[in-house]
Amino acid sequence: MNVGRVGAAVLGFGGLLLAAAANAAADEASLRRGEQIYARCATCHAIESNRTGPQHCGLFGRRAGTAPGFDSYSKAMRDVRIVWDERSLDFFLQDPMKAVPNTTMGYAGVKDQRERDDLIAWLRQASRPGQSCSLSQ
Amino acid sequence: MRNPQFVVSQDLLLLRRRAFTTGAVLSAGAVALLAGREALAANAKTGAAATEADVRILNTALAAEFEAVAAYQVGAESGLLSSGVLAVAVQFQGHHKEHAAAIAATVRKLGGPAVSAKAKYTFPVEQLKSQVDVVRFAAGLEQGAISAYLGAVPLFADRALAQVAASILGDEAMHWAVLRQVLGETPAVPSAFMS
Repeated sequence: MNVGRVGAAVLGFGGLLLAAAANAAADEASLRRGEQIYARCATCHAIESNRTGPQHCGLFGRRAGTAPGFDSYSKAMRDVRIVWDERSLDFFLQDPMKAVPNTTMGYAGVKDQRERDDLIAWLRQASRPGQSCSLSQ
Repeated sequence: MRNPQFVVSQDLLLLRRRAFTTGAVLSAGAVALLAGREALAANAKTGAAATEADVRILNTALAAEFEAVAAYQVGAESGLLSSGVLAVAVQFQGHHKEHAAAIAATVRKLGGPAVSAKAKYTFPVEQLKSQVDVVRFAAGLEQGAISAYLGAVPLFADRALAQVAASILGDEAMHWAVLRQVLGETPAVPSAFMS
């Protein structure tokens, strides 16, 4: 057996493990930051209930303006053809009033790309109906 | 972290005493008057579309203020608050009522219909089992209110409305700091900037 190759393989495997651990830690850190950023939304939004704004449970894959039980959408949000995913949320959250003119979400936006990434990552995890949240009607 | 119960008993005696002895710098009525007068002038300058946008932002803020009033009512009626905490909660609820009245008056002066309070609000009451739970929930709403107003301030076409929003933002920030103090969270003011 070639000891050098085995050593390299072990080192390579160890490196992969370290990289995986680093990624997992980075993901955990990202989720923690995302949750903290979501606190900015708390006066109008909640995951599991409609408030001044719509509930976020079930957000991903849902068409804009269709959260169950929420009846205070602007016409602009009801009419816009957006399905919420990472890309559309990133676009919307950067500047809501520019993304959907005449939306009632009078908020300047989350301008920092990393903050949006963290927020969207956390939202994706926290808004899974039947897994991390329950839809309210 | 400090013991929340201890903090409640110690700090709120002081807070309660102070709450009724200090006056607001600018009354809600004065804020509404200022906003309304300036807004009418701004309407002529910035145009109807900009005024409509301002009214939309104000109405969203108004809806959130009504919700805050309702949330404090839930807390006040929970039976979980000590008399000292209850007095502070009722005072903060009163501030939100004043914000709502000022914003509604401004919306009407701008010619827009003001949104009404909902007949029913949904709060996570099943998670509110202690005074700490109630205060933490209120603190979360106040923190969100700071961010909401911070996100609204730069959007107003009428700068007088931005000033009014900033005035309310300052009040929400004081609420949040007091509630964090009650919870024993240190530091009570966690950073030099808000976002």
